[in-house]
Amino acid sequence: MTDGEKKSLQAREKAEVATPAEQFKAGPVFSPAIDIFETDKEITLLADMPGVKAKSLSIDLKESVLTLSGEVESPEGPDEVDVLREYRTGRYFREFTLSQLIDQAKIDAELRDGVLHLKLPKVEKATPRKIAVKSS
Amino acid sequence: MIFRRVTGWPTWGGGWNPFGEIERIRQEMNRLQDAFARGLIGERAAGVFPMMNVTEDKDSFYVRAELPGIKAEELNISVTEDSLSVSGERKLLTEDQKATYHRREREAGSFSRMVTLPASIDPGKVEARCADGILTVVLPKAEIAKPKQIPVKAS
Repeated sequence: MTDGEKKSLQAREKAEVATPAEQFKAGPVFSPAIDIFETDKEITLLADMPGVKAKSLSIDLKESVLTLSGEVESPEGPDEVDVLREYRTGRYFREFTLSQLIDQAKIDAELRDGVLHLKLPKVEKATPRKIAVKSS
Repeated sequence: MIFRRVTGWPTWGGGWNPFGEIERIRQEMNRLQDAFARGLIGERAAGVFPMMNVTEDKDSFYVRAELPGIKAEELNISVTEDSLSVSGERKLLTEDQKATYHRREREAGSFSRMVTLPASIDPGKVEARCADGILTVVLPKAEIAKPKQIPVKAS
């Protein structure tokens, strides 16, 4: 290969959460794979949550703890019989503690193709500002 | 002389070893235990992305795979009479060069997988849809593969 080997994806089983609290419904709870990166202006969080629709995703922010919780409905119809089952479906749950730098009123969330894009803008005073040095 | 014939173990050259079978079983069990501990046996992912669930009802097969972040146009799906192939590439959004990563758990890369179905399907009637990161392929069974009721005649 010339530039950059094309990596091939490895199959991974979904990470199950040791449930933090009793869940109403029985079933496995998975921890979604997450990318978090930060620029000067904001922190962006991307979470893989396939099968979750916008109305079954809840994002809670309480006392700087961000909780992502997504319900997944079983995609199989009632008459279907299993032939091969390699992965399980279940709800997604993950919690983060945000630092004080986030402007909580301006958080933006978008769910596209099973991936949650969460933008957490930083508070004004936390964006690094260049100080011009005046020479007199 | 008599001692040897009675116990039969150890023997030199010939002679029936009553502990031979047990030894062999014990060695087999050790080998199995080792393999199990190393994860070679037991529940394990097939190791090919994406993992799929295949279900059936009397009319069709349903193949589902979780492919978050992949759009319908980026997927390549082809069928033959008894198998389904899915391939494509997952790209992560290229972000600013100035971004610093705190966590990186999602992966990008290419994938290609074929799954064989237990009965024939009709390749002309296959439908695939991709919504919310889940790919669902509906493969209607070929007429010969559908279960048929046979009436029993009382003579």
